[in-house]
Amino acid sequence: MSDVLAPPPVGTRSMRRFDATSAEASARVRRRYRAERRFKAYGLVALTVTTLFLVVLLTDVFVRGLPAFWSYSVALDVPVKAEEIDPDNKRAELARKAAELRAQRRSWLGRWFLGPNEADRAPDPLQPIRAGDYFGLTRQALYDAFPGVEGRKERRALQGILSTGAGDPLRERVAADVGLIGQTVHIPLRLSANADLYMKGEGTAFERRAGRGVASPSGTSGDVTILSSANDLADYLVRLKVELSLRAKALRAEADRLERRAGAEQADRIKDLRADADALQARIDQVGGEEELDDKMPSQLIAINGGLVKIEKLGDSSVTGRTIIPLGSTAEAQPGAWQIVTYVTPESLRRVNDLEVAYLERLKADGRIEKGFNWLFFVSGDSREPELAGIRGALVGSALTLLVTLLLCLPIGVLAAIYLEEFAPKNRATDLIEININNLAAVPSIVFGLLGLAVFLNFLGLPRSAPLVGGLVLALLVLPTIIIAARAALKAVPPSIKEAALGVGASHQQAVFHHVLPLAMPGIMTGTIIGMAHALGETAPLLMIGMVAFIVDVPQALTDAATVLPVQVYLWSDLPEPAFKAKTAAAIIVLLGFLIIMNGLAIYLRKKFERRW
Amino acid sequence: MDVPVQRASSRDGAAAVGHAGPAKIVARDVNVHYGEKHALKGVNVDIPDKGVMAFIGPSGCGKSTFLRCINRMNDTIPGCRVDGKITIDGSDIYDRSLDVVQLRARVGMVFQKPNPFPKSIFENVAYGPRIHGFAKSKADLADIVNVSLRRAGLYEEVKDRLNDPGTGLSGGQQQRLCIARAIAVEPEIILMDEPCSALDPIATARVEELIDELKADYTIVIVTHNMQQAARVSQRTAFFHLGSLVEEAPTEVIFNNPKDRRTQDYITGRFG
Repeated sequence: MSDVLAPPPVGTRSMRRFDATSAEASARVRRRYRAERRFKAYGLVALTVTTLFLVVLLTDVFVRGLPAFWSYSVALDVPVKAEEIDPDNKRAELARKAAELRAQRRSWLGRWFLGPNEADRAPDPLQPIRAGDYFGLTRQALYDAFPGVEGRKERRALQGILSTGAGDPLRERVAADVGLIGQTVHIPLRLSANADLYMKGEGTAFERRAGRGVASPSGTSGDVTILSSANDLADYLVRLKVELSLRAKALRAEADRLERRAGAEQADRIKDLRADADALQARIDQVGGEEELDDKMPSQLIAINGGLVKIEKLGDSSVTGRTIIPLGSTAEAQPGAWQIVTYVTPESLRRVNDLEVAYLERLKADGRIEKGFNWLFFVSGDSREPELAGIRGALVGSALTLLVTLLLCLPIGVLAAIYLEEFAPKNRATDLIEININNLAAVPSIVFGLLGLAVFLNFLGLPRSAPLVGGLVLALLVLPTIIIAARAALKAVPPSIKEAALGVGASHQQAVFHHVLPLAMPGIMTGTIIGMAHALGETAPLLMIGMVAFIVDVPQALTDAATVLPVQVYLWSDLPEPAFKAKTAAAIIVLLGFLIIMNGLAIYLRKKFERRW
Repeated sequence: MDVPVQRASSRDGAAAVGHAGPAKIVARDVNVHYGEKHALKGVNVDIPDKGVMAFIGPSGCGKSTFLRCINRMNDTIPGCRVDGKITIDGSDIYDRSLDVVQLRARVGMVFQKPNPFPKSIFENVAYGPRIHGFAKSKADLADIVNVSLRRAGLYEEVKDRLNDPGTGLSGGQQQRLCIARAIAVEPEIILMDEPCSALDPIATARVEELIDELKADYTIVIVTHNMQQAARVSQRTAFFHLGSLVEEAPTEVIFNNPKDRRTQDYITGRFG
């Protein structure tokens, strides 16, 4: 005792085993700080890399996807010809019948609870009106906007601008108001996917140069020759010859390569290549005369007298070409009054040909092209035409599937969790069950799909591709997650609350259901929402049960064929049309939006009901 | 609240030593095991009707364990085994025919840490009467709540905010709310497991006053670490040590003239 209490002898500093001020100690402290700084740096690097990847991913998705939320249409005056739509002149009678039927119909709420009545089941009396060729009307309206464009090729190009669904809004307008028949309706007509993409900038750059000489066209339509008093076109001819010489060079190089490698075996091919190169060389060497343009070179056009001529043969001061838009007259055009236009991207590298570009540019110049929000993307089902394809079917399919999942998962999961946590005896059997539940959460999701295929489709004979089966499979998938989350939430409720209830004479079940469960509910809800978000993003198991089909109709019931959002993304990502690339990204944006909303809701619930004991 | 307390004249009760009243609770050879651990070793004690019995002893000596045996709270602990016999008014509480829910309605409990339900003050008190079906009507229930709060000396402080959450009260008020909750189901016995250990001295004084008032109508068993408290509120005191009941006697005897050396050491602060 006295040893401890005695004051330390003077000068005992060196006797201490640890001297905090020694050089060794400060070196050690410095090392510790260095280690800490290093650790912080690692963390920072990891965070930066993660953020970078996230930003790149999101930017990519948004840059690709956002254009799909807008669409272009051409606003035209479409005459709704009575002889096309209602040749028998029965529209007044049909409209009256339709109005009567509408009055007898049930509201959607009534249909939901009471089912459809006779009027709901009756065929639409306006069917004869709806059956008209509305696309034909819209197409004719577009033809009429380009008077004088009558060639088959030209008309096909005009038709190619319009979506095959361009007549659908007109059909709805007319069905809603038969008085429009016989009148002219001003209506925006949806552009085809390629035209839409062109308007969104996936087309070509332009070069325009005013003509220097006086140009005189030989005709107003068909094949025309245009002479210029100056050698306006010499530059273009030179450019063309450079292009040709590059091609000749490439052909010779290919021939040389073949000769070196294959020799005699490819003699014929080598001969052909050399002959082609020589032919090209002859064209290059030729002085004067005209040179042919092809679709691998930038397209040259001449805009003159309100018309447009695509150059097919190019000379120093004269060109031969085909009119795309007829000329107003054969009058001479003064210098500066006519233009040489170049579509920089060669036709073969574009999805819109020169004709379509010319017509679209003309419509744009006339102010007829309109940009609008792409509502169709949200209100229509899937389609083979990219511009008509929407995610409504997938959204409704996802909603129905998740509804089934939630209705199954929440009660079963929560009750299972309560039983396991509060009532089950703690023995080997419950341990085994617990381990298996935890393991189930880690089973690859496709296995659940196989299980669903074997049990629900093959054994129970439930319909394929149905939200009901999808919901069942996803319920199996999510159940372990919900049970684990619910058990954690129940465990987090302090036992003092249960004891208090037991202390006043509540039965075990009353204590759990009156006191523990309400307090665990926010945690359970959070877990459930996270589980649902997981289910919303799940694809693989649904592939196994046939939810991967091409389904145009929006599902109306749990047993209708349907697909879900992530599967829709998967389906679209597989399609070759470039317009579907944007649709894919747009669908991903919608999916991400829903996931963010669900996770936000989970965080909100957690924050709102968070309780500190 | 005029609770007609059942008063059975127990034969065991007549054997109660050093106290006028008959024994309400009689424990004979009570052993408790938590798994392998022998937590309580052959406890024999008679707890007289009406009045306060204090259990004192160092931590881990088994006094709380014994307290929890009296309303079978130990049943909720997995791996806990209780042997021996505890009777209340002569009937064995570990008998198969006895329902644990009914037992707990007769034997209320107040815990170490105030644990009001995270509900309104009213709901906290009304919960017990409601699940036992005491109240015939809403007015009846409100009456029970008011009387209970008044008995617990809390009514004046909370009468204007009965719908506020019970967890919003101060610690002392919360503990009195828990006492009100316990007496709302009209128990005969109230078990208190260190009810003042989480309270400040002023709140402790209020709770002690309350115990003093309640002892006229209830049999109160209190576990405490605070020997002054035991001396102040109890008529009899039992000293537990290492799972055994060392000595049980009127409080004055325990504090002034203990028979056992260990009791003396504990009371004088030699250990514990």
